[in-house]
Amino acid sequence: MHPAFSIIIFTTLSGLGYGLAAVLGLGLLDPAALATKLAHVLALLLVASGLLSSTLHLGNKQRAWRALSQWRSSWLSREGVMAIVAFVPLAWSAWLAVVESRYSPLPGLIGTALCLVTVYCTAMIYASLKAVQAWHTRLTPLCYLLFAGAGGFTLASFFAFAAQDRTVIIPLLAIFFILAAWSAKSRWRARMQAMVPLSTPESATGLGHIGRVRLLERPHVTENYLTHEMGFRIARKHAEKLWRLAVLAGGIVPAILLALLVLAGASGTFAALVAVVAVLFHYAGMFIERWLFFAEARHAVMNYYGG
Amino acid sequence: MTSLPSLPTPKKLGLVIDLDVCVGCHACVVNCKEWNTGGYGSALSDQDPYGADVSGAWLNRVHTFEVVPDGGEVVGEAGEARIVHFPKSCLHCEDAPCVTVCPTGASYKRAEDGIVLVDEEKCIGCGLCAWSCPYGAREMDLAAGVMKKCTLCIDRIYNETFEEADRQPACVRTCPANARHFGDLADPHSAVSIMVAERGGMDLMPEQGTRPVNKYLPPRKRKPLADSAQSLPSAENTDEAKGFFAWLDGMLDRI
Ligand code: SF4
Ligand code: SF4
Ligand code: SF4
Repeated sequence: MHPAFSIIIFTTLSGLGYGLAAVLGLGLLDPAALATKLAHVLALLLVASGLLSSTLHLGNKQRAWRALSQWRSSWLSREGVMAIVAFVPLAWSAWLAVVESRYSPLPGLIGTALCLVTVYCTAMIYASLKAVQAWHTRLTPLCYLLFAGAGGFTLASFFAFAAQDRTVIIPLLAIFFILAAWSAKSRWRARMQAMVPLSTPESATGLGHIGRVRLLERPHVTENYLTHEMGFRIARKHAEKLWRLAVLAGGIVPAILLALLVLAGASGTFAALVAVVAVLFHYAGMFIERWLFFAEARHAVMNYYGG
Repeated sequence: MTSLPSLPTPKKLGLVIDLDVCVGCHACVVNCKEWNTGGYGSALSDQDPYGADVSGAWLNRVHTFEVVPDGGEVVGEAGEARIVHFPKSCLHCEDAPCVTVCPTGASYKRAEDGIVLVDEEKCIGCGLCAWSCPYGAREMDLAAGVMKKCTLCIDRIYNETFEEADRQPACVRTCPANARHFGDLADPHSAVSIMVAERGGMDLMPEQGTRPVNKYLPPRKRKPLADSAQSLPSAENTDEAKGFFAWLDGMLDRI
C-alpha cells in the first residue's frame, strides 16, 4: 500500500495526542502545575492537527461532515464521530486544569475511555479490510492502542518532570507500554511474514485449475490509480533495515533513557530534557513503523497486476 | 445508506464474461469509457490525456494472463501455455465491502436489482472503498475528486428512449466476439444463468467472501497442438522411403 504522508502524520500525531489525553484523564499529573496545563493544550492540538491532516487527502473536503453519517456500518465514520464525542470531556478536563487548576475524575476517566475507543476505531479502519491481509487481524488494534499508551506515557513523563514531580510511576508505565507495544508489533510482523496469501493470481482469475497464472500484459502501459495507491513495493532488505531502525528509535532508546531517569531518581529540568529526547526518538520510531505498516502491506488487487 | 440491503435483492443484474471467447481487443474498455464519460455522473477524466504519461479513470480494463499447466512448456503456440484475456469491471458483489466501509453513504447497493453505485453528490473522495475492493474495480476521478465505478450502464439498461436491442451495457453491446453477456443472475431461467450452469461459471476470489454477482466462464479444454500433429507424416521419418528416395536416403546417410 502507498504510504501517504498525510495518513502517516495523522495516525501518528493523533495516536500520540490521544495517548497523552488518556494519561491526563487518569489524573496522575498535578493539575496546578503549569506543565500540566500545557500538556492539556498540547494533547488537544495534537488530536486536532492529526484530524485536520486526515482531511488533506480527500477529493472533496467541503463535504467532510458527511463522513459522520454512516456510523452504523463504517469504521471511518465511527472514528469521526468518536473523535468529536471525545473532544467534549477532553476540552472539559483541559478547562478544569488550565483555568481552575483542578482535576475531576468524571470528565477525566470518560475522556480516557473515549480516547481509547477513538484509537480503536482508527485501527479498525485498517483491520476491517480483508483485501489487505497483513492488516486484517486483531493484533492491528492491539498495536495501535499499545503504541498510543507508549507515546502518551512517554510524553506525560516529560510533563511530570517539567512540573518538578518526582514521579516514578509514569516513566515506569511508559517503559511497560513501550515494551508491550513492540512485542505486540513483533508478533504482528511475524504473522505478516509467515502468512500464506489468502488470494493468489490463480484464485483471482479462477484459472488455477488449468495451471500457474502469470500476468502477461497490464491493461494499460502507464500507471493508474490502483497501481499508485496499492502497488507500492519496498525491497525486503530496506524493510529489514527500517524495521530495526524503528525498534531502536521507537522502543530501545526511549525505554533506556526513561529507565536511567528512574534509576537515577532524576527529576526537574534535566530529567525533562532527557524525556524530550526520549519523546522525539519515540515519535521518529513511530513514523517509520507507520510508514512500514503501509509500505509492507500487500493488497489483493496486486494479483491482477503481477505485483 | 451504506448498510447492505437486508434481504437478497429480487433481481441480481450483472455480467457473464466468457474467457474462452475474449480476444483481448479492448473494444469494451473503449466503449465503456466513451459511454460513461458523457453519461452518469461527472466525466471520466484523464490526466495529461495526450501526453506520454497519460493516466485516467477507467471502469473496465482488460488484463492478459499466461497460464502454464504443471510441467508445461512455454514456447508460444507449440507449448502448453495458454494466453487468457481477462476483462474486469465491478462484480456488483452481494456482500460488497466497498459499500459498508463508506463513511458518507455515497456508496450503496440498490435493493431492487443489486447494482452497486456511487452517489457523487455525497462522495468525499476518501478512497477507502477502493482499498476495500479486492478486485480493483474502483478508481478515483482525480479531476472531480469522487470515486468512479462500473454503473452496469444503468442509464442504458432502463432507458426507454432506446431501442430494445440497445438496452444493454455499452461493453456488452460493443463486444465483437460476444464475450460479455448481461442479464438477471437471480432468475435461473435467464440466458445468463443457463450459460453459467452449463459452462461452470465461477466467482473470482471466492475466499474474499464478497459473493460477486458477475460470473466468469472458464476457457474450454484445449488439445495440445502436438497431439493433433501425431497423425501427420513426419519429415524426420525416412523408414518408409522407396525407390529413388530410399537410395538417396542411404547415400546421404553414408556421407
Ligand atoms: S467488485 Fe469491488 S467495487 Fe464492485 S461491488 Fe465488489 S467490492 Fe464493490
Ligand atoms: S471515496 Fe466516496 S464512495 Fe468511496 S468510501 Fe469515500 S466517500 Fe464513500
Ligand atoms: S456495464 Fe457499463 S459501466 Fe460497467 S463495464 Fe460495462 S460499459 Fe462500463
